[in-house]
Amino acid sequence: MGVDIRVENLNAWYGPVHTLHDVNLHIPANHATALIGPSGCGKSTFVRCLNRMHETNPAARAEGKVLMGELDIYKDATPVEIRRRVGMVFQRPNPFPTMSIYDNVASGLKLNGFRKKRVLDEVVERSLRQAALWDEVKDDLKKKSGASISGGQQQRLCIARALAVDPEVLLMDEPASALDPVSTAKIEDLIFKLKSQYTIVIVTHNMQQAARVAENTGFFLMGKLVEFAATTKIFTNPSDKRTEDYITGRFG
Amino acid sequence: MIRIKFQQSLDELKERLLVMAGMVEQAIQRASEAYSTRDENLCDLVRQSEPAINRMELEIDQLALDLLAMEQPMAIDLRFILAVIHINVDLERMGDQAASIAARVLDLRKMANVDLPVDIPRLALLAAAMVRKALQAFIEGDAEMAQSVLLLDDQVDEMNREAFHALGNLIKNKPEQAPQALSALIIARNLERIGDHATNIAEDVIFWVRGADVRHHTLSDVHP
Repeated sequence: MGVDIRVENLNAWYGPVHTLHDVNLHIPANHATALIGPSGCGKSTFVRCLNRMHETNPAARAEGKVLMGELDIYKDATPVEIRRRVGMVFQRPNPFPTMSIYDNVASGLKLNGFRKKRVLDEVVERSLRQAALWDEVKDDLKKKSGASISGGQQQRLCIARALAVDPEVLLMDEPASALDPVSTAKIEDLIFKLKSQYTIVIVTHNMQQAARVAENTGFFLMGKLVEFAATTKIFTNPSDKRTEDYITGRFG
Repeated sequence: MIRIKFQQSLDELKERLLVMAGMVEQAIQRASEAYSTRDENLCDLVRQSEPAINRMELEIDQLALDLLAMEQPMAIDLRFILAVIHINVDLERMGDQAASIAARVLDLRKMANVDLPVDIPRLALLAAAMVRKALQAFIEGDAEMAQSVLLLDDQVDEMNREAFHALGNLIKNKPEQAPQALSALIIARNLERIGDHATNIAEDVIFWVRGADVRHHTLSDVHP
């Protein structure tokens, strides 16, 4: 099951550049939350702080508190532990190109020391079914490589790979921006299904997509969280003029 | 300013709605004058304007639909287009009410002229004032002005109720004047409906400007 995420006074820097300013936010469990804003507004930095990926850049640092359920991820856990609990899917599908479909999905488990074939088989099938990919690849699991399937399938493969380690949170950084409308619809359907089991945070430039998939939406601008509210409120009657100007296309 | 084409389309939508509103206002004014003068030509003009108003309604609906489909408007733009779609319907129905008044005046022309206990010209003036104010609020995007329209609706409703009682008594006491009284009753009802449509337009302006849905609320909710 998903956990809620509480972010308190989160700040982030790339070298001397202060990229996130005092972000406070409560992301409810088992909901999809969309983050929108113009390029460079800090929304991707924000999600990378939620799984401590931000600090993999030597020049980057973050301060503040991020609670996943009861766990303070900057105090009580290592980045490796966090990334098992928090799966991430990126803009461009990034399957391991030389691995089979099966091995792509099983890779996280194998890294965590699981070797039993029966367990791996079960998890691979369950994850691929959850990612709505099983029926399309079940006959080629070990024959085809992760890179040999279509872009939309690759992205669902990456989702299956993230789900295989049984995370509580799924971060998606523009997961459908490189996909055609049919593949995009499949990813959105998937988000709709998965949010009953996981807490989903999705960064998107596509505001219609945010409106379609997320219950809550946050608008970032110049490293600040300008507004966070129910998605219907944000897209029909936002409180802040800057949000309105952005979503109506008056700047950005 | 970006999305220039979209902004131009929104301006065009507003402009077309105002052209239609002008036609409807003229029809109401002519129908009211036709009642006072029993002028057959004015009645014909009102009835002839109805098909043109109906055509405008379809064109505005199509343009609004195109913008929703092609531009995926958000927030104030989305509310504006929804308001236009609603106002479009109200204007078309006001046109129907004006045509109905003209038809009743043509009936009255065939009857003996009697003194009716109802001030239709005053009721018409009040309803027309509501329409003007609601449209002015739409032109200026002025929610305060739109709110003042809601207050006027009570006066129109009250006048319509008075007309109903007075004309009901006339029918009871002078049955020979019942045909004239019934026509006047329908006209009073038409004008009261015009006031209701003006109220709807005012509510749509408030929704567009403030994002607040004040439909089906009491005045004390709207004027806390």
